[in-house]
Formats: sequence, C-alpha cells, structure tokens
Amino acid sequence: MPTKSIREEFVKGLWNENPVFRQLLGLCPTLAVTNAVINGFAMGIATAFVLIFSSLVISSIKKLIPSQVRIASYIIIIATFVTMADRFMAAFFPPISKSLGPYVPLIVVNCIILGRQEAFSSKNSVGRSLIDALGMSSGFVLAMLILSSIREILGMGTFLGHQVMGAWFKPWIIMILPPGAFITLGILLAIALQIERKTKSRK
Amino acid sequence: MELIAFFIAAVLINNFVLHYFLGICPFLGVSKKIDSALSMGLAVTFVMSITAVVSWVINHWILIPNKLDYLQIVSFILVIASLVQLVEMFIRKISPPLYQAMGIYLPLITTNCAIFFLALMAALKNYNFVETVIFGVGSGLGFTLAIVLMAGIREQLDMADIPEPLKGAGIALIVAGIMALAFMGFSGMIK
Repeated sequence: MPTKSIREEFVKGLWNENPVFRQLLGLCPTLAVTNAVINGFAMGIATAFVLIFSSLVISSIKKLIPSQVRIASYIIIIATFVTMADRFMAAFFPPISKSLGPYVPLIVVNCIILGRQEAFSSKNSVGRSLIDALGMSSGFVLAMLILSSIREILGMGTFLGHQVMGAWFKPWIIMILPPGAFITLGILLAIALQIERKTKSRK
Repeated sequence: MELIAFFIAAVLINNFVLHYFLGICPFLGVSKKIDSALSMGLAVTFVMSITAVVSWVINHWILIPNKLDYLQIVSFILVIASLVQLVEMFIRKISPPLYQAMGIYLPLITTNCAIFFLALMAALKNYNFVETVIFGVGSGLGFTLAIVLMAGIREQLDMADIPEPLKGAGIALIVAGIMALAFMGFSGMIK
C-alpha cells in the first residue's frame, strides 16, 4: 500500500473520498436533518465527535480485538460514544436535541463510522487514523452544510434563522419537506460527478 | 378502528423510506430488480416484526423497571445484531430454499437504520404492546412497498436516455423525491 502524506490523508476526505458525494455513505441523516442549517451542522458535529473518538479508541486497541468479533466490538465502542453525544446534547442543547430527535442515536448505524473503522482504523496507526477521521468528518460536515444551506435558503428564505431573501421571495415549501431533500441531493450528486468527469478529462 | 388507521399511517403516510429517510442504502442498492427488491423488503418486514416484539419486552421488562433507559441505544443495537444472526441460523435450518432466496440480504439488515429507528421510536412514543407490533409490521410493509415500486421504475429507467452525470444514484434520488411527493398525497387520509 503506498503511504500517503499526512496532508493527502486529510484532504482526501474533503473531496476525492467525500463520504456523502463520492461514497454515498450516511445518506439517511444527510437527507433527514438538513431542513435547517443549524440542524445539519449539529448533526455533522455530533457525527464528527463519534467518528474521531471511535477511530482513536479502535486504532489504539486494534491488536486486542479478535477478528471474529471485531464488528460487534466496533459497534459497542461506537454506541458508547453515541450515547455520550446524545446525553450531552439533551443536557446542553435541548431545542436542537429535540428537533434532531431519534436521528442522534441513529449515528450508531451510520455506515460512514463503521466503514472507516473497518477500512482504515483497524489497519493504520493511531495518528493516521486520527487524521483520516478528521478529514472524513470535515467532508461530512461540509456536505451537510451545503445541503442544509440550499434547503433552508430556498425553503424558508433564511440562513441560520436570519432573513436573507428579499420580500419578493416566496419560499419553496417543498424544499424543507422530504421530496426536496431527495431531489436536492440527486442534483448535487450529478453536479459532483460532472465536476469529477471534467477534471478527469482535463488530465 | 383506531388500530387500522394506525396501521395505514405506518404503511403509507409515515413511510420509513419516503418520510423518515430510513434504509436509503438498501433502497438505492437493492432496487435494480423487482424480485430481489421484494425479497429484501420481506426480509426487512420479518426482522422488523420480531425486533418490535423483542425490543418492547426488553425495554418494558428490563430497562424501565431498573431505570436503565439510558442504555437503550447499546441494548437495542445488540438485540438487533444478535436477532439477525439468530433469524439467519433459524431460516437456514427450517427452510433452506427461503434461505437461498434471502441469501446475502439477511446479514445486511443489521446495518439497516430502519430497524434501529423502529425500536427507538416505539420506546420514545411509549407505544403499548399491540401498537408496537402493528407499527413494526406496518413499517416493514411500507418499506417493501417503496422498494418494490422503486425497482419497477428503475427497470423502466434502464431504457430511458438519461444525461451521463445523472446516471445511477442521481436519477434514483430524484425519482425517490417524486415518489415522496406522491406519497405526501396520502397524508390527507387520516387526521
């Protein structure tokens, strides 16, 4: 396996291996909680917290876990951090915790997290896994921000609750409802693929 | 009567895929052929119904009496993982043809967020036992309905002329969006 520089290890999560746009992982929370920027951002941060700490723990104890039960062990470690994130949000940010609802516990089954443990942390050193987790979570937060900004601006004419569109603007209610989520993500995926094709053909 | 309304709401209105965005991975991954979509849907329905029963029993007989409800996340995911394993072994023993038909889809169900959400939601909303069972079966059938419809559309889409970058996941998501739009029409059925 060719070793990548620390910088490459971080940057790959932002675009080349972006979990949402390139790998199509973790789509359920991506679609469900991006109806407002604040929800999307909170979800991104909570997922990042779980991903970074699970990667740290798993990469440091990877030699102790027998390979037959590794998936179960990963799930337990992830579930522990998810419980911490869930309780923390319920205690300090009750309104956000309420609007995210059961989607915070659902981070346990977010395939981005289990996928990174299986594909990366279980084979790489603690430092590299940390960088990889940081890159992947930044890529995820970025995707959440893009999607939730589009949906909040078009759906309510606001950004983080502040009015950004003029009085002439009639909100597209559909954007904050489920169909808007599917259609926006579909179009974003097509744009991402088109950018990728353009850069490939230029090389 | 109320239970019938509850069942219809679980199947059509609060459809797991099109309203709660759950199980998107199998919804996009296993919806290329109608028959594999149908077996996936039925496998999910099956596991969901059992999960609904078992998680209700654990939640109401073990966790709540001992004030351990903060352990819900960990215990539900463990229940689901071991349940899927058990169901797999059981089907393999009892009915090898059925096992062949469901094949690789069974283990995949562990990571299907819809199952986990079902257990959490039933605990959150404090459904009683009968409601939980109806919720489980109804949601499973709703998932089956959505994935089979999607597979039917995608079989037709193969013949369509789609712009290159939209091919694959892009067009599938847009189709799902239009389906979600259509399903929103059901919300007027029940107040």
